[in-house]
Amino acid sequence: MSDEMRPATTRKLTRREQRQVDAKTRLTSPAASLIAVIIAVFWTVPTAGLLITSFRTQADIRRTGWWTAFAKPDFTIDNYVDTLGTNNLLNSFFNSFIITIPAVVIPIILALLAAYAFAWIDFKGRNLLFAFVFALQVVPIQVTLVPLLTQYVNWGLANTYWTVWLSHTIFGLPLAIFLLHNFMKEIPRSLIEAARVDGAGHVRVFFQVLLPLLVPAIASFAIFQFLWVWNDLLVALTFAAPEYMPIRR
Amino acid sequence: MTWILKPETLPEKFVVMFLAILLFAIVMGLVLAIVDRPRLPKWVPVSGYLGPSLLLITFGLLWPGLLTIRSSFYNRTGADFVGLTNYQTIFTDEGFLIVLRNTLAWVVVVPLAATALGLVYAVLVDRTRVEKFAKTLIFLPMAISMVGASIIWKFMYDMKPGKDQIGLLNQVVVWLGGTPQPWLLNPPLNTFMMIIVMIWIQAGFAMTVLSAAIKAIPDETIEAAKMDGAVGVRLFWWVTVPSVRPAIIVVLTTIAMGTLKSFDIVYTMTGGNFDSSIVAQEFYTQSFVQGRPDIGAALAVLLFIMIVPIIVYNVRQMRISEGER
Repeated sequence: MSDEMRPATTRKLTRREQRQVDAKTRLTSPAASLIAVIIAVFWTVPTAGLLITSFRTQADIRRTGWWTAFAKPDFTIDNYVDTLGTNNLLNSFFNSFIITIPAVVIPIILALLAAYAFAWIDFKGRNLLFAFVFALQVVPIQVTLVPLLTQYVNWGLANTYWTVWLSHTIFGLPLAIFLLHNFMKEIPRSLIEAARVDGAGHVRVFFQVLLPLLVPAIASFAIFQFLWVWNDLLVALTFAAPEYMPIRR
Repeated sequence: MTWILKPETLPEKFVVMFLAILLFAIVMGLVLAIVDRPRLPKWVPVSGYLGPSLLLITFGLLWPGLLTIRSSFYNRTGADFVGLTNYQTIFTDEGFLIVLRNTLAWVVVVPLAATALGLVYAVLVDRTRVEKFAKTLIFLPMAISMVGASIIWKFMYDMKPGKDQIGLLNQVVVWLGGTPQPWLLNPPLNTFMMIIVMIWIQAGFAMTVLSAAIKAIPDETIEAAKMDGAVGVRLFWWVTVPSVRPAIIVVLTTIAMGTLKSFDIVYTMTGGNFDSSIVAQEFYTQSFVQGRPDIGAALAVLLFIMIVPIIVYNVRQMRISEGER
């Protein structure tokens, strides 16, 4: 509530109601709305183009721009029928799921634990070790493929799901630790110290104090990791047997 | 027991997946149970929490990284030590210098532009009635793979002679009375056209993270600022931006890293031709197409050196924020 008049009888607004009041005031700024709409349109047009293209005939796609479809509508679902008719699409789709779920769950749990240690356990060389983990984000995945594959073959694990999960976990860890560490640091120190004084061990502090507060951060990182793994082709092509290939192929 | 390694039917595959997660949970549970007993020396819990991650990273990233550094000092077969010759080649060849220049443009422009756009958009749509829908629109490109994005932008940048265009951008140029441009053929324009695609992808990431940070600003802070008369742009500069500063640094860093590493856009749009290559793309070409793994390794090391300033900056920020709390 800023300087606007408020009838004396009203109770204090709840946060939700306050948001609704704010929402009405915010939309009245025409310049702000205009900028938002321009950005939104610019961001949507290319994708809309692909969506429309996907419903056009081969010949049309090659001859005319997708926007002309508005003037002369001639849509077809042939492209989808062709794609879905291909063998193994369903199989690839399930493979995508089977690859993605552990490749999201495992790195997040490992990264949460590591981020906890970096954020809330004081130990010597902490910053140095953190910088080291952080720096390894930039190792190009292509560099790692040959050494990893050699090891996997030695272990007799090549061409299984296990190596795909393991590789995705490794590649996702540095970024996951970096991001989750930053979220974890934002939590007030007093909360953690209060729990420690009450005699809670690290595991209890982690599960009872930190984890509930971190749910939004974990959820948003999980979405990104899901997208990266789901959209990945390189790792799967290198490590998975053909019958385990994801849908992206 | 072979089905654990080679599941054949779909139910078997799902069983293996759950087994993997269960196995992982049991192992981690055991580790935590062991390290959580009271009165253990401090290194025990530290290694329990950090150990598994560090082990994996060492095996999968550090070790290959060190091998790469080693081969950057050897010749193409890896037999003879050649010192800094590979680096000398890179820094004296004009083609490579252009690659370095392009990479610099990518790593400066993409993070700044994507973060700025994501931040402004997050603030503009925050708490409006259409917030969820508006955010979905910007997030959408993030959900599309980079290869998919390149296909999408083909329908923006494509050029044909004559009046009818397939690429929207050239159609707009024609409508305005200009002649169609080959957007992806002429340096340095082609680099910037591809940078736009990367910004288009990454802004969604920036917006999502920054929007969460904006929502975490306490209402009292905003109200106090409004009492002092801060509205609109002033509120944005003096209250919102300082409040989400840590998140801005995280976003800038993450996008910069991603930009340095990925070359999907360049690979699919120009293949690194027409002076539009970047270090990551050139690394791939040299290592796997040209048969020069030594030059490729040296380029990978250069990538690594490029991020040193970003690391130093982040660690310094960490020290500062530790002093504050």
